[in-house]
Amino acid sequence: MDSLQIYLILAAILFSLGMFAVITRRNAIAVLMGIELILNAANLNFIAFARFGGMNITGHIFALFVIVLAAAEVAVALAIIINIYQNFNSINVDEAQQLKQ
Amino acid sequence: MINIVFWFFVAMTVVSAFSVVLSKNLVYAAISLLVTFLGVASMYVFLWADFMAGTQVMIYIGGILILILFGIMLTHKITSVRISHTNVQRGVGAIVVLALFTGLVWMINISPWINEPSVEPIQTVETIGTLLMTDYLLPFEVASVLLLGALIGAAVLARKDD
Repeated sequence: MDSLQIYLILAAILFSLGMFAVITRRNAIAVLMGIELILNAANLNFIAFARFGGMNITGHIFALFVIVLAAAEVAVALAIIINIYQNFNSINVDEAQQLKQ
Repeated sequence: MINIVFWFFVAMTVVSAFSVVLSKNLVYAAISLLVTFLGVASMYVFLWADFMAGTQVMIYIGGILILILFGIMLTHKITSVRISHTNVQRGVGAIVVLALFTGLVWMINISPWINEPSVEPIQTVETIGTLLMTDYLLPFEVASVLLLGALIGAAVLARKDD
């Protein structure tokens, strides 16, 4: 519990699973969930390094900005996904190959 | 006792993250994502980051997850069974990700990490607020402009053309 490596390995697991979702999922929203997992893993690393680097609050600030960017990213991504659904009637990323139709 | 609680939360995070990635039903995956976010928030508590744990619960679970659930509902006919879906290229993806994970764990194990002694702060909110208003004022303002841009952009993009 008081060792940095446990948190780093947990973040590595979350990052690998998010990467797996991004690589293998066909549904665009599931890919988005994988991206959220990756961002959470990065945040966990920031906070763990802040705690074990002498309780440095700068890590917390950086993680805060990552959360803000994730919120903005997910809003725009969902707007794009809804547009893709209206055009192609499907949000599978391997079926939406054209920019317009 | 605190060790049992800690490992319970670690196991909860890992198991629900696997469920997010492998579940066939998208709604189940979204609900598993909720549990994963909660587990990460509890890790923040163990790392003495009380404000970040609260922010994680409020923004990720209260905001982003609700947005994702809205996205699922708007892009699927809820009566149809096609809300489930499949993974492609599982074998290749698993090999790539396992290689990545092995490399990460190897790197984590051989690196000489510093471990500076630190005392648990009573709370971090005051320090974060002071830093945001002094050292990080410019990124703070830029983030607010970015959020405004993302808000307008999302509203314009999602609107149907008349």
